[in-house]
Amino acid sequence: MTVIDAPRAQVPDELSPQRGRWHRVRPFLPLVALVVLAILPYSTMSLPGVFEGPVNSPGTLQLLAICLIFGGLAAGYDLLFGRTGMLSFGHALYFAAGVYGTDILITRAGLPLWQAGLLTITGGTILAALLGAVALRTVGIAFAMVTLAFAQVGAILVARDFGGLTGGEEGLPLDVSGLPAGLVGVTNTVNLYWLALAYLTLVVFVVHRVSGSPTGRVLAGLRDDERRIGVLGLDPYRYKLVAFTLAGGLASAGGVVYVLIVGGASPHITSSELTLSLLVMVVLGGPGTRWGPVLGGVLYMYLDHRLTAFGTSDAVDNLPAVLSRPLSQPLFVLGTVFILAVYFFPGGLTSLAPRLSHLTRALRPRPRR
Amino acid sequence: MGTVILLALTGLGLAALYFLVASGLSLVFGLADVLNFAHGLFLGVGAYGTWWAAGNLPGAGPDGFGFVIAVAFGVAAGTLVAILVELVLIRPLYSRTIEQVLVTVGLSLAGVALLQATWGADARPFPRPDWTRQVTGILGAQVPNGGLLLIIAAVLVLGAILAFLRWTRYGLVIRAGVENREMVTALGIDVRKAFTLVFAIGGAAAALAGALGGVYFGTVSPGQGGSLLIFAFIVVVIGGMGSVVGSAYAAVVVGLVQQFVNYYGTSGLGDICVVGLLAVVLLLRPQGIAGKVATA
Repeated sequence: MTVIDAPRAQVPDELSPQRGRWHRVRPFLPLVALVVLAILPYSTMSLPGVFEGPVNSPGTLQLLAICLIFGGLAAGYDLLFGRTGMLSFGHALYFAAGVYGTDILITRAGLPLWQAGLLTITGGTILAALLGAVALRTVGIAFAMVTLAFAQVGAILVARDFGGLTGGEEGLPLDVSGLPAGLVGVTNTVNLYWLALAYLTLVVFVVHRVSGSPTGRVLAGLRDDERRIGVLGLDPYRYKLVAFTLAGGLASAGGVVYVLIVGGASPHITSSELTLSLLVMVVLGGPGTRWGPVLGGVLYMYLDHRLTAFGTSDAVDNLPAVLSRPLSQPLFVLGTVFILAVYFFPGGLTSLAPRLSHLTRALRPRPRR
Repeated sequence: MGTVILLALTGLGLAALYFLVASGLSLVFGLADVLNFAHGLFLGVGAYGTWWAAGNLPGAGPDGFGFVIAVAFGVAAGTLVAILVELVLIRPLYSRTIEQVLVTVGLSLAGVALLQATWGADARPFPRPDWTRQVTGILGAQVPNGGLLLIIAAVLVLGAILAFLRWTRYGLVIRAGVENREMVTALGIDVRKAFTLVFAIGGAAAALAGALGGVYFGTVSPGQGGSLLIFAFIVVVIGGMGSVVGSAYAAVVVGLVQQFVNYYGTSGLGDICVVGLLAVVLLLRPQGIAGKVATA
């Protein structure tokens, strides 16, 4: 057998990716961002208008920690929605299982944190596997409805307070007496911030590893054409169950960290509204992209908190009532932005960069040949 | 015996509320494949429209004929919002199911927030005629009149929708469209007009549910639509997408199960039973009781 030495196909110049000034640095950008975020608490910088106090004040750090948690949650939800194409409306259930599981095991059963955390994450993962096994027998919109209904059961269980475990409408404050001293108190908020950062890093790492693996390619195939995967001899059900279970486990781990940061559980985290906002985060950021969901989650939570302050600020109060009242509702602003996003930039925030680069290239004067 | 009849009739009242919300959802989903999360918004608009009209609209009031005008205003407002939503937001996105769901999700978040911004987050007392606060004795049970009003309204709406689907030309187009939309389009009929029509019907039914639900509960609050919507979704799935009759059966089953189990078991257990019922139906008969057929 002779090997014919064919000339390599010529790639037209305009099709090869442009090597910008920063292409060597790009792979390290996430690492740089991680380092910057990790040393951020040492900065006493004050950003008026962005945060209320200096960056290392406990209030700001707590807000940042919550943003990071939701960045991680959105990245985990994207494993379902953006990467596998499953529209689940019940993701809040697994997050709430993490929050309430940890809270109940620590406050009511008096377990130490590491045992409670491990038990909760295991329990949340098993719960996701069991419910996913039932829900995944349906597809498409029916799957969305079933997950919504399961999550609703969780919300009812928490609100009705069966057995006096969850504290009902009032929620359940976390009993901090048994926790490690480094995680308790306002001065130690910085440790919780690092914990949240570690959680985000873990989720991003897991999601990227999974989506880069052969399993991840099957998941992407399921999103694009499920029948084709079936024809190739792979069982779609199993792969979807793996993704569902993994996303559920990651969400319950997020719940464990969240309950430490907030210092208790309240029933609003079980509502379907939380799942809807996860969906909004992912779509705003860019579903199925590497950093989009994280950005979307962080930005959404930040806006949700800051718009409340913005809504009561003088600038808004001085507007006529027709404008100022809706603007004082963060959800109104976010919902409107979301609808506009679905119409005008369907790829989310991450799709803006390539679009803008087209624009700048078009505006830049062309060199004459 | 009296307790059983009371529970059955209040359960049917609840079922009537579910049916009014679910019938529109089911038709919209069956015909246009739109899972409409904004349906709770139509309900909220109907409730607040009625509430506003009873206080501010000349001729309307909380009692007698004025109340009828107030409810009519609320229903008209809900219908108008539904038509606008279809024309402005949903129409550009047909055949892109996920985007449609996303838009209605955004709309439900923004719309409820807008209601909250305008009239506050707290529940407002709903203006209702005095006779709806009283009870009627039926076979030894004292049944609240508000529930009976809901049942009568739901039966009338069911009859009207069925008659419309059965005996009018547009009803024929809708039934055919639910079964096979491509074929209807191929015959040269503009299905999109029918889409607007089912949105209007669904919006009107949901707004009526909002107004009468306000009478039934005695208060109106921005979040009311959302909690009803989840059970309406369950009713739609159990009944079979696109079937009005299926929705009616499913609503009755769900309402009765919820009421009886909540009374004889622990409070809240009924809601969980309903979800269990949904899981069982989906596993045994994924297309629902009636499947995807708009039967008249």
